[in-house]
Parts: sequence; C-alpha cells; structure tokens
Amino acid sequence: MPSIGFTLNDKAVEVDVAPQTPLLWVVREHLALTGTKYGCGAGMCGACTVHLDGRAVRSCQTQVSDVAGKKVTTIEGLSANGDHPLQKAWVALQVPQCGYCQSGQIMQAAELLAAKKNPTREEIVQHMDGNICRCGTYPRIVRAIELAAKQGA
Amino acid sequence: MATIERPAQNSSADLSRRGFLGGTAGLTFALSLPAGLFVRPHEALAADAAEKAIGAWARIGTDGAITLHIPAAEMGQGAMTGLAMIFAEEMDADWSKVTAEYPPIVPSIFGNPRFGGMMVTYGSGSTRGYWDKIRPQAAAVRRVLMQAAADKWGVPVADVHTEPSVVVHAASGRRLSYGEIAGFAQVPDPMPTVDKSELKKLVDYRILGKDTPRPDIPPKTTGAAKYSIDIQVPNMVYATVLRTPVEGGSPEQVDDKATLAVPGVLKVVPMKESVGIVGESVEAVFAGRDALKVKWSKAPADNYQSDAGLKDFMAKAAKLDEKGVDFAPIVAGDADGAFAKAAKVISAQYSSDYVYHAQMEPMNVIAAINEAGDGAEIWIGSQGASLATGFAANFLKTTPDKIKFHQYFLGGGYGRRSPPDMMFDVLTLAKEMRRPVKLIWTREQDVKAAKMRPMTGHYLQAALDASGAIVGWRHRVVGESVVAYRGGEKALEGNKGLDNIVMEGATHEYEIPNRSVQYVREKRGVGLAAWRGIGAGYNKFVIESFIDELAADRKIDPVEFRLGLLRNHPRATAVIKAVAERSGWGKPVADGHALGFCYCEVVETFVAAVGEISVDRQTGVIRAHKFWIALDPGIVVNPDSIVAQTEGNVIFGLSQTLKEQVSVSGGAVDQNNFYDYPVLRMSEMPEIDVQIIATDNPPKGIGEAALPIVGPCVGNALFKLTGKRLRQMPLTLERVKAGLAAA
Repeated sequence: MPSIGFTLNDKAVEVDVAPQTPLLWVVREHLALTGTKYGCGAGMCGACTVHLDGRAVRSCQTQVSDVAGKKVTTIEGLSANGDHPLQKAWVALQVPQCGYCQSGQIMQAAELLAAKKNPTREEIVQHMDGNICRCGTYPRIVRAIELAAKQGA
Repeated sequence: MATIERPAQNSSADLSRRGFLGGTAGLTFALSLPAGLFVRPHEALAADAAEKAIGAWARIGTDGAITLHIPAAEMGQGAMTGLAMIFAEEMDADWSKVTAEYPPIVPSIFGNPRFGGMMVTYGSGSTRGYWDKIRPQAAAVRRVLMQAAADKWGVPVADVHTEPSVVVHAASGRRLSYGEIAGFAQVPDPMPTVDKSELKKLVDYRILGKDTPRPDIPPKTTGAAKYSIDIQVPNMVYATVLRTPVEGGSPEQVDDKATLAVPGVLKVVPMKESVGIVGESVEAVFAGRDALKVKWSKAPADNYQSDAGLKDFMAKAAKLDEKGVDFAPIVAGDADGAFAKAAKVISAQYSSDYVYHAQMEPMNVIAAINEAGDGAEIWIGSQGASLATGFAANFLKTTPDKIKFHQYFLGGGYGRRSPPDMMFDVLTLAKEMRRPVKLIWTREQDVKAAKMRPMTGHYLQAALDASGAIVGWRHRVVGESVVAYRGGEKALEGNKGLDNIVMEGATHEYEIPNRSVQYVREKRGVGLAAWRGIGAGYNKFVIESFIDELAADRKIDPVEFRLGLLRNHPRATAVIKAVAERSGWGKPVADGHALGFCYCEVVETFVAAVGEISVDRQTGVIRAHKFWIALDPGIVVNPDSIVAQTEGNVIFGLSQTLKEQVSVSGGAVDQNNFYDYPVLRMSEMPEIDVQIIATDNPPKGIGEAALPIVGPCVGNALFKLTGKRLRQMPLTLERVKAGLAAA
C-alpha cells in the first residue's frame, strides 16, 4: 500500500492506509489525535470537523487520499496552548457540558471567524447549524463566538 | 499522578507497570486508582511531594494538593465538580488545590445511598444522594487534620479552628497548612465520626453557592479530555458488532465471506444476540460489518408494529375495568366514589412515542481479560460502574474486586450509559481473541439497538363537584416495563408490579382530595432504558396539559388556577409567581405569539416555566421563541451549573417535544442515524431565561429537572394561540397540521 502524506497541525505525516479510509480514523486511531470525534459517520453531526487547507470539513466524509499534500488542522493544532480566542471564550462562558461535540463546534466556529471578524447572530447560527450538541449548549456557543469575535479572533 | 493530558500510549505504561494482565490486580490502594478525571496541572502533586490518604475519600500531598474521590460519573451535568465543592466546603479546603478523581469500585465505601449503595450516576441523584453521606466524611478529614495539629502543638483540639487548607491556633497565632500536616499526621482507623449537628451551617459556606468554573471544561476545549472511545491499550484489536434487529434474536446463519475478505478483518464471531467483527482498525471492522449477512432467529417481538401498539395502549388506558397497579405516592381518598358522585367529568387521552438517547458518543468499551481468565480490566465511560463490574465478575465467575475499572468522561449519558449491555459482547470477544478488545458501535448500530424510553398511552379524568371544584383525579399510564426489561420479571414482582421508572412524575402536588393513579403494564419485547427525565418526560406533559384543559373549562387563568390548587405549597407558589412576573404573564405578546405555562416538581426540585411560541399553520412548524424558568432546588451548589443544566434541559426537552420519535416495524427500530432521527439544532433554539430561587432546603436534582416543563409549555401555548389541544407527543409537523385542521 503506498503511503499517503499530508501536513497535520504543521507537521508532515505519512500513513499506510487504504486511500478510501476516512480521515477521521486516520487522525484518531492511526495518529492518536483523539480530540476529533466520531459522532455519526454520515456528515450529519459535525463532531468530526477539522480544517482542510483552512476550510471546515467533516473528516468522516473525507477520504484520506483527498488530503494528500494538503494541510489538515485538528482541535489539537488550533492553537499552541489552548488559547485561541474561541477556546478562551468557551472556558470563560463555561460552554461544554459532556464536551464530546465541542472540538467540532470550535473548529466549525473558527472557520467562520477566520473569514468574518464580526458575524451577526444569524450568520453564526447559519454557520453552526450542522453541528449537533445533544446536551443543549447552543445558547452558550453563540455567546462564546460573539465574545471571541469581540476579542478579535 | 495521572493527568488528563496524558497521551493514549501512557495507559500502556500504566498497564505494564501495574502488571495487571499478569494477574496482580489492585494490590495496593494507591495502585488501584483509575486515572484522574480532572486535574489542575499547576496544582498537581509536585515531583518531590509525598501524599497521605486521610481516610478513603481524600489524599493530601505535602505540597498541599488535595485529591478527592468523587463517585459521580461526569457526563456534563457537573456532578463531579459539585460533589467536590461540597466535600471541599466541609473539610475547609482551599478550592484551588482540589482535584477530583473517580474512586476505585468499592461500593461499601463510595456507593450512593439513594441507589441501594451502588456506584451509579443517574436519576439526578448524585448531589441529593451524597449530600448527607460525604459531608460527615469531609468533616472527619478536617477533624483528623485539626487533631494532628493540636497534638503537635500540645493544645486541646477545641482551641484550634480552620481557614481554607490551614489549621490555626488563634491564641498563639500558630498555623499549619493541610500539606504540612499531611507530612506528619497519624490517621486513625477507623476515622472519627462527626455528628450531623456539627456540620457547617449555610451562613458559613464560602464555596457553595458561588459560580465555580468546572475543571473538566478547559480540556474539553482542546481535545485533551478523554472519553473511552479515545483510549488505546497495548496489543488491542478493534471490534464492532452487528446486533439482532429484533430484541432477543440470535444469529442463525452467518455469511461472513465478504467480511473476511475486507483487509484488516481478523475474525467474525457469532455471539448470543450479535455477531462480532474483529480487526486491526476501525475502518476495517466497520466495512466488515457492512458486508456481513446474517439470518436471525425468530424473536418474540417479530410481529410488533409500534403504531398498532399505540392504539392498543390507548384503548387499554380507557378501559377502567382492566385494573392497573396503584402508584402509592399519589393515591388518596376514594376516587371511584368521587367520580360516581361528580357533577361533571372531564376526560382526555394522551400519548408519547418511543425516544432514543442520541448521546453524541456512540456506545463503546474496551476490555482485557487476564491469562488466568479470572480478572479483567475495563475502560469505559459508564453511569453504572457497579453494574458493569458486577456483570464482568459474573461473566468470568469471579469477584468484583478482580475487575479493574477505568472511568472516563461520558460523551452524553442521559440514562443510556447505565445498563451494562455492551459487556457481554466485549468480554466474549476479549476471551475469544485473548487480546484486549476495543468495541465501538456504529451510529447506525447505536440507533438500531436503541434502549428506548417506553411508548405510553394515558387516560385522564377529573371529577368536578357542583361548585366546579376538582374533587377527583384519575390517571392511567399504559406502557412496557423498564424495570422488568432491565432487572427481569422478579425485579418488577419485587416492586409489586409497579414500574417506578415509567411512573416517575405521575405525582403532582395539586390539592385534589380523591386520586387514583395506576400503572397498566403491556408487553411488546423491545429494548428499554431510563431516558433523561424518565417518566416525568411524558407524565408532566400529560398532567400539565390536562390541568390546562381544566383551567380552560373553568375559564380561569392557568396560573391562577394552579396557584389555587397549590395554596399550601409555598415553594411551588414562589416559583410560579416568580416566573409569571418575569415573563410578563398576562400582558400582551407579539402578534401570532402566545405563552404557555407549566409547573411541576421533578427530581425534588420545584420548577415553573413559561414558553412563548408561534406556529406556521401551512407547514406545522412550531417555533419556540423564549422560555422563562424559575426553579427552587434548595441549597444552591454551583449556580452556573444549574443555569447550564437548565438551558440544556430546555433544548433537550424541546427536541423531544417537537421531533423525537422512534417507530418500530416487525420488532425492529425503523430509524438509522441523525438523518431520520433528527434532534434539535441551533437554528431552532429558543432564548432561555433562568431564575434560581435558592432556599435553605437540602440540594435536590438538576440534571433532569427542567426537561419535562417544555412539552406542556408548548402544548398549552399552542392551545392559547389556536384553541386546539394536541395530546400526542412529539408534536410533529403532521400532527400539528392535522390538529389545527381538525374541527
């Protein structure tokens, strides 16, 4: 099996897996970065959201062969010390409950703030609507994104 | 000391260091500790510090770091933080030095008195279950530290007191920190007992009642928090299962040719109610599962259709001659007599469908069995630690102390992670493979093997006398038994046929002198479990909607009507008045909007709520704009946690009110994944306003308290808006459209 190389959180990695393997399992089980979560395997919940060349994608729907030579960022690579404005806002507003969906929520939100400094509430909700939080932290997610935007994410 | 940041590989180091698989399990207390679930890295024990156990619950480092054994699984409800706060308050600890970890499985020490002394986390029962248990334990730790310091100084213990993590002798001005004392203290065995009367008084609290950040939150923003699905152990293999689509079926013929052809699949293992697919990677076993063909045996529920079942349940509910089992907590007076003499009787039928937990982390567990086959190690996020270890011990014909249990964060619990229903499969596979097995269900498997909240049919009647006063109340709840499903027929018989999980919330505080409330059992053979809020999730919808019907019949404002029936219930009255005022009840609302009201006591917490909705009559879409909630949980432990839980409950509750519905065809769940089992999304969330009315009563449940209020608020608001009463939950688009079109 030919190996597939890509950049993961600014480090070059190579994996020997079948090309159709979902990026999710490559990141989580082969490379042991487990912050990216398996939720549905169908692109319906957003728990597995990572950035591919800066765009939020569902890693369960992304074949590893499609990221060859590209740049993948997971929650572990979003900031050096867990101090991205979104992460700080998430802590300040005590957003997570069970926490399982939150890596995906933060990665989805980070894409928005990278593109738009001060999104409206409607834009936030529209951007985040594909990410399920079963515990019901939606109100705090919205407020945390607004707080991070205010603090210049 | 274990920290939450440790990479998965470290567990292998742990594993070999402890030599567990070699059969030297849990030799010492210290070595038997599972990984700390939350740790403040900067307060973790310094490298050169020693640590002393002061009783079973607390260890204190010579550097002052305090580690508490907190027997609550953390699934986002904040119980680990809350119980640690209670313990720290009573031992007068410096909160910034406190770390909590899940204790070893010793139910005789760490069990929850509320649940027969088992180590389980459910039923919003951690705070209220452990409140009276852990405060004396914490006070005993403080007593030992004070005694040790007093002895050192040669002064009477009565002359010393504590400040946060310091013992002080006021007369001489001498001070010793808890860390210093840990360096020399002699710990008595047994620990001293502290009388309840000597516990700290409410006015002296300095930790409880203040917003306290949860230590599990920072790692939940960086990907560092560990759930069992994140764990890898040395030499492990991956597994998934294809389970029988119908409860009780077993694999009769297995065509595993295509599965074994998937690269990385190692073995296909037919089991009792499932077929295991074992392999070298998740992707291999998931692909192998897709390729597997299994013919299942006949099962008792093969012909069951839930839509037909619901009709049966409703018919049975209304057949008063089919006696049910009295629900003693609310039965009073002579209901039959009251109805016989009534000037007027109002009747209604309600129903609720099956629902699925939809916890975000699909079910998973890792297990390893030792060489001798008489011990196992389990890595899991579980609400039922006692149940899982008990199951494993039975399976291996060994004793629970031979089962080493590692607790992780739970990616959602809501009752789904209480039953040990993955243990048989994972242990069978671990035995078969002679290797540790990490078993992960696909989301589809998680849905298909849903352990549902039972579907219910209800019949309600109110008897009014000539003056219009309600003198009789009748409520019959028809549904399958969760207790029998979970604990067997004997468990239900032991409770005289009464399923208190199904009936939870069928109580109410309204002053109606004659009350008959009954559980009427049906059997259909599907998988069941407790679900967030258990019976209150539908019973409160039914009761609070019906109370609204009675108020409408009497032409009395729903809030006034309830206050009238709760004249002697000051805590209920207080939350009702608070939320009515805050929501502007009785004042005009936006065009096309309406407010609905609900009051109930759930998990011993008093909750009143107002919901504001509008409806699109063409599409049937109900839009919830805002919820106001006032609740009295007694003493407030962590206010922000109460607000967070209440927000979550409203959203979870709105999801079940509007959307959630499992249907069963031929005994099998019809749904597959979030595309056909939708849950509430961000665009559908209401604004939520939470008011905490603190009282000095013992602290009660929060994790499920506000969920049941949503359904009745929505239904009552819809009635106000349209004059139409919807009595089937969920209020799906089809039901709303049909209901509004009906004459």
